Amino acid sequence: MTDLADLSIADAGRGLRAGEFTAQDLLEATWRRAAVTEAHLHAYLVLDRDGARRAAVRADEELAAGTDRGPLHGIPLALKDNLSTRGIETTCASQILAGYTPPYDATAVGRLRDAGAVIVGKTNLDEFAMGSSTENSAYGPTRNPWDTDRVPGGSSGGSAAVVAAGSAFAALGSDTGGSIRQPAALTGLVGVKPTYGLVSRYGLVAFASSLDQIGPLARSVPDAVDVLTAIAGWDRHDATSYPGDVPDMGRSLDAGVQGVRIGVVSELMGEGIAPEVLSATVATVERLAAAGAEIVDVSMPSTEYALSAYYLIAPAECSSNLARFDGVRYGLRVDGGTVEEMMARTRAEGFGPEVIRRILLGTYALSAGYYDAFYGQAQKVRTLVRRDFAAAYEQVDVLVSPTSPTTAFRIGERSDDPIAMYYSDVCTIPSNLAGDPAISVPVALDGAGLPIGFQVMAPQLGEEMMFRVAAEVERSAGFSFRAPLATSEVTEP
Amino acid sequence: MSVIPEGWEAVIGIETHVELQTRSKMFCGCRVDFGDDPNTAVCPVCLALPGALPVANEAAIDGIVRIGTALDCTINERSLFYRKNYFYPDLPKNYQISQYTYPVCEHGRIVVDVDGEPTVIGITRVHMEEDTGKSLHMGEGGRIQDADHTLLDFNRAGVPLVEIVTEPDIRTPDQARAYGAELQRIVRTLGVSDARLEEGSMRFDANISVRRTGTSELGTRTEIKNVNSLRSMQRAIAFEIERQIEVLATGGTVIQETRHWNETTGRTTAMRSKEESEDYRYFQEPDLLPLFIDEQWRDRVKASMPELPAQLRARLVAAGADERTAGLLADSPLLAGLFDAAVRAGAEAKTVASWLTGEVVAYARRVGTTVDELSLTAEHLVELAAMVAEGELSATAAKQVLAGVLAGEGGPRQVAETMDLLQISDSGAIEAVVADVLGEHPDALEKIRSGDSKPIGFLVGQVMRATGGKADPKMVQEIIRRSAGR
Repeated sequence: MTDLADLSIADAGRGLRAGEFTAQDLLEATWRRAAVTEAHLHAYLVLDRDGARRAAVRADEELAAGTDRGPLHGIPLALKDNLSTRGIETTCASQILAGYTPPYDATAVGRLRDAGAVIVGKTNLDEFAMGSSTENSAYGPTRNPWDTDRVPGGSSGGSAAVVAAGSAFAALGSDTGGSIRQPAALTGLVGVKPTYGLVSRYGLVAFASSLDQIGPLARSVPDAVDVLTAIAGWDRHDATSYPGDVPDMGRSLDAGVQGVRIGVVSELMGEGIAPEVLSATVATVERLAAAGAEIVDVSMPSTEYALSAYYLIAPAECSSNLARFDGVRYGLRVDGGTVEEMMARTRAEGFGPEVIRRILLGTYALSAGYYDAFYGQAQKVRTLVRRDFAAAYEQVDVLVSPTSPTTAFRIGERSDDPIAMYYSDVCTIPSNLAGDPAISVPVALDGAGLPIGFQVMAPQLGEEMMFRVAAEVERSAGFSFRAPLATSEVTEP
Repeated sequence: MSVIPEGWEAVIGIETHVELQTRSKMFCGCRVDFGDDPNTAVCPVCLALPGALPVANEAAIDGIVRIGTALDCTINERSLFYRKNYFYPDLPKNYQISQYTYPVCEHGRIVVDVDGEPTVIGITRVHMEEDTGKSLHMGEGGRIQDADHTLLDFNRAGVPLVEIVTEPDIRTPDQARAYGAELQRIVRTLGVSDARLEEGSMRFDANISVRRTGTSELGTRTEIKNVNSLRSMQRAIAFEIERQIEVLATGGTVIQETRHWNETTGRTTAMRSKEESEDYRYFQEPDLLPLFIDEQWRDRVKASMPELPAQLRARLVAAGADERTAGLLADSPLLAGLFDAAVRAGAEAKTVASWLTGEVVAYARRVGTTVDELSLTAEHLVELAAMVAEGELSATAAKQVLAGVLAGEGGPRQVAETMDLLQISDSGAIEAVVADVLGEHPDALEKIRSGDSKPIGFLVGQVMRATGGKADPKMVQEIIRRSAGR
């Protein structure tokens, strides 16, 4: 019999409602799995055992009393540790927030709770979501459940690892330049970066405000739809949240791709993309064609500059967003002779090297005399990227590409080469710059048995079409592999 | 005040911060209330907890549009918020949400009158921002240098703040003061802030430079902070002009710096040099959308503008008050309202204006209250003015009656009766007394009859004494002359 921890959200929901098991059973199964896998992965920073048990008990009581909160009712979920959780420590994997416990829930977290979800715990990340491997955590790296010598991607690597390993049914991550999609690709999961503004950012500890979006990491497209549906929608606490009605995003999952126009981004199909990733992408496109989609090659010339623009805009915003961590009101304080000295010491000791690198980059990019050449220029590139997308969407319904240029790399492999690390996001960054939705769907394993992700991009608020194509990708790929750590006879060490 | 020496000219620009008295803060729902215990009007947003986001307060935007409209500004249809980045412990985010390019209002003007000379002062911009918290430096002196620790109160953090920047159009300390006073009046009239300098809800910084008359280049400027009253702004500017002229006249150079005004010593002292001017790394605030103020909004504000101080003064002058009195009346909406109502009901403008700016203000000061708290009504003024016009009260007696009314002793007639101040204007009664007095002084009557008018004064005096001062002296004189056949 399947371990409860490996069920899809839909199957878990059916079993719950049929009385085959309880939400507490689901939580127990999740904990059992975590007890085994955490020793290998280090994916959770905090397990909220008391809170989770209370939520599971309540979910069972409510179902028994006839109150059904929908698809996530009683489902154990995990949260990336840059989402504020009332009463649960939120550190962003940084020393500077050690011991900080928010007095409020992020809007997305509150909505999960309202949807009846059981919050299992908080997952590891690259400090303040800056990185592509989850190695930049002040609390140690997270490992990939497909191969524990490898990274799970990042920055939402902890969320990816727990969902892939079965120690949560799905998880929330945040995606600023690919931080949901790239780890999803590297761990064989579905990962969604929604339209900018679809999910409120209130309570998400900001990295780069104009790029950050919260989204789900899940084991299937329908699971991802369920989680995203629960958290999407206008929030009065976020002025950039989309004020209109949220479309029914899962409506067309079974519609197929007959007649759908799919553009393949030529700039993302060549140099720098690993051959096995490339061939898996081509194979996926061929399957879509076979399913009736119209395939078009699309050129997006600005893609070449998107990465550089991103690494100016994101650090610039981060240099300002992270200014509040000064030792004055919360988190770490390292004393000094003057208040300036206290602030400087706190920040020097509290932030890790990658965070400091980006703060310095961003501060420089915004400085008088350099602003026009760096930040100003990057904003112009951003406009070009948007135009390229707009032009492309006049011809096609969605755009596709690999999600990550490579499969999971070894821990330490790129740690000393920031540029190589930054290149991990080359395929995912354009959607963040444009504010468009994009999804990664697992389509194959490479020769080393590591998952390969396929990216579907759509115009703003085009989630319904994006999920429709993603569902076809999922069906046609028949990707039913599970991370070895979640399936083999793993024992507690 | 100080006179700028011949051959020199000062160039002054003023930046004013006004805290808006909205119900909630600029970017969160916390109440704006300065009486609270420290750190009780705070939330994740104004404390800059991780993950908190700002949402602009529409009432504050309406407030700045009102200010901009009153200052004759262009209200930009689209304006942008920026982040001004600098580290300071009472600035929770370590950046202030402010505006940079595309402020809400630009290109306005204000006309001030100094000694009857109207001067137009250009308003460069009026922009929206948020206030900081307050640092309380504990230890001797209360200054940061000698504090042993500092307490922070974030109740003020995030209070809507409007910054009003003038062109360098001001030339004298008097003009600067007049500008400050007029701006304060306007803000108060709009009802967007109580604009109290001593409490910091209105704060002035002055940028000052001097140059030789006839040159058009600007000299090096200094910025003066810590002026807590209109008078201290005037004094500080006067001092600074004198200091800069002294420096230049003795061959020195003015250093561009921020200077602190010390009220006690009457001097400015250097705070920090602006040579390494701070780089605020302004960039557009990504957490807020551009602000759109459409024509409908602008029109609605325009239609709801109250009568502004300049308009009110003009109307008071037209109603018969002189410029000075009109200025005094316009300072108090209550006095202006009383004047207006009384004059409209037929009271004589000059008399009413002089009572309001004289007796009424003096009375309030004497009993230690504000004119707003007096129970004087327009009806009182109308009645009192009528009694004077009818000859029932002398000008002097009217002032005594007014004092009684102000003291709450009743209406004018009642007070006049109680105080026995009504003049005898019944000619029959006066004639009887005159007849008596003439009978007692036949020689005086004879002299008058023969053309010597000197005894008339004496006789009037006698009549006044006999009536206890209540006879109308003019009428008495007339009756005496008539009786003597002159």
